[in-house]
Amino acid sequence: MPARRIIPCLDVKDGRVIKGVRFEAHIDAGDPLALAQRYRDEGADEIVIYDITASAERRVIDYSWLSRIARSLDVPLCVAGGVRTLEQAIACLEHGADKVSINSPALERPDFIGELARVAGSQCVVVGVDSRLEDGDWRVHQYTGSAETTRQTARRTLDWIVEAQERGAGEIVLNCMDQDGVRDGYDIAQLRAARDLLSIPLIASGGAGAARHFADVFAEADVSGALAASVFHFQRVSIADAKAAVAAAGFEVRPC
Amino acid sequence: MGVAVVKLGVGNTASVLYAMERLGADAQLTDDAAAIADAERVILPGVGAAAHAMAQIDAKGLRQVLTSFKRPLLGICLGQQLLFDRSEEGDAEGLGLIPGAATRLKISPKDVSPHMGWSQLHLKQAHPLTEGVAAGDYAYFVHAYVCPLGAATIAEAAYGASFAAIVARGNVMGCQFHPERSGAVGARILQNFLSLPC
Repeated sequence: MPARRIIPCLDVKDGRVIKGVRFEAHIDAGDPLALAQRYRDEGADEIVIYDITASAERRVIDYSWLSRIARSLDVPLCVAGGVRTLEQAIACLEHGADKVSINSPALERPDFIGELARVAGSQCVVVGVDSRLEDGDWRVHQYTGSAETTRQTARRTLDWIVEAQERGAGEIVLNCMDQDGVRDGYDIAQLRAARDLLSIPLIASGGAGAARHFADVFAEADVSGALAASVFHFQRVSIADAKAAVAAAGFEVRPC
Repeated sequence: MGVAVVKLGVGNTASVLYAMERLGADAQLTDDAAAIADAERVILPGVGAAAHAMAQIDAKGLRQVLTSFKRPLLGICLGQQLLFDRSEEGDAEGLGLIPGAATRLKISPKDVSPHMGWSQLHLKQAHPLTEGVAAGDYAYFVHAYVCPLGAATIAEAAYGASFAAIVARGNVMGCQFHPERSGAVGARILQNFLSLPC
């Protein structure tokens, strides 16, 4: 495996980075461009920008701030938020995104995954999955950008990620909602189960609260990368702290 | 035009243009054969699969201008693979500027594919393109096919097995990784490319 990736995620609403706890109660965490630059300078291996309400509001990400951020970054940039057509996905790539993450629109129309992979290549196609334990099984949730719109789908998470891979996804970001924003550590059991079923890279999301959580998720779930938001935004853990913990646990990281 | 970035279709070529902008280079995305032939330097970015990219090169009538280009030419990612004789990916005939064939990553079935992320560069020969780059520096890779090691290999990287991470033969150069997304190391390599005499 290449160096394990540490990936800060910027959840953006109305042009500001915000952070919620379990997808609700959002608080302001700063300007997206300033934060993206700070993370680049601190050694982020990739940056994810997620327009959290775009899908729930049925609109697409704002291309002008996307290109403003892409222009200034020299690390990979993944964008997510309301992309539901090939034209929109291509516009994201043409405004400087390296990857486009699709979530609710892929659930609405799974063929979209394959269509995008055929046009842009699988390496550009990330499928984001919001998942939560319900009645003893991990289930996919949709329109999670706001508390009013979020809903459970009929899909089992482990079935959906395998289907997404078969349809041409190049990477899966598994956001474990039960852990999101609570800083108790990643959902190791769910991520391990997902890792065992996939041959494409898996990125862990939801639950980072301390540097050791990053080491734990690589050691116990063998993921390719660990994504986190609030723990970085509020400077509880720096990217350097996270990487130091991962390196101390015996995993390769790119030095900051 | 300073730098012609060859447009082959859909892809994240904006990243390459933005990198040129950050380095103060005058770069344009184009598929016009005359503009490419007249450019000081050419960058061939990778987009999609090898067979599709070569079909685009032929459909746009760019094979001749690329193979006869005498000033610095840099292939990035798939663009590096296209510099070789052939690619296993879709059994494509490449530009034939560097001997050998691109093949699938040699990894075990349990290894994650594609090779996506940051891996170390192991320098094998001195070259102006890698001036200021240290052994063990990291670069960002995204690929499922690899170029063979050989006389043109300037740097290697490993995933499963070693492969050519940077190649050079005369005016023709390639990076398997994305220098435009490889932080300060990638910026240095692109700056070195822009500083080559032409």
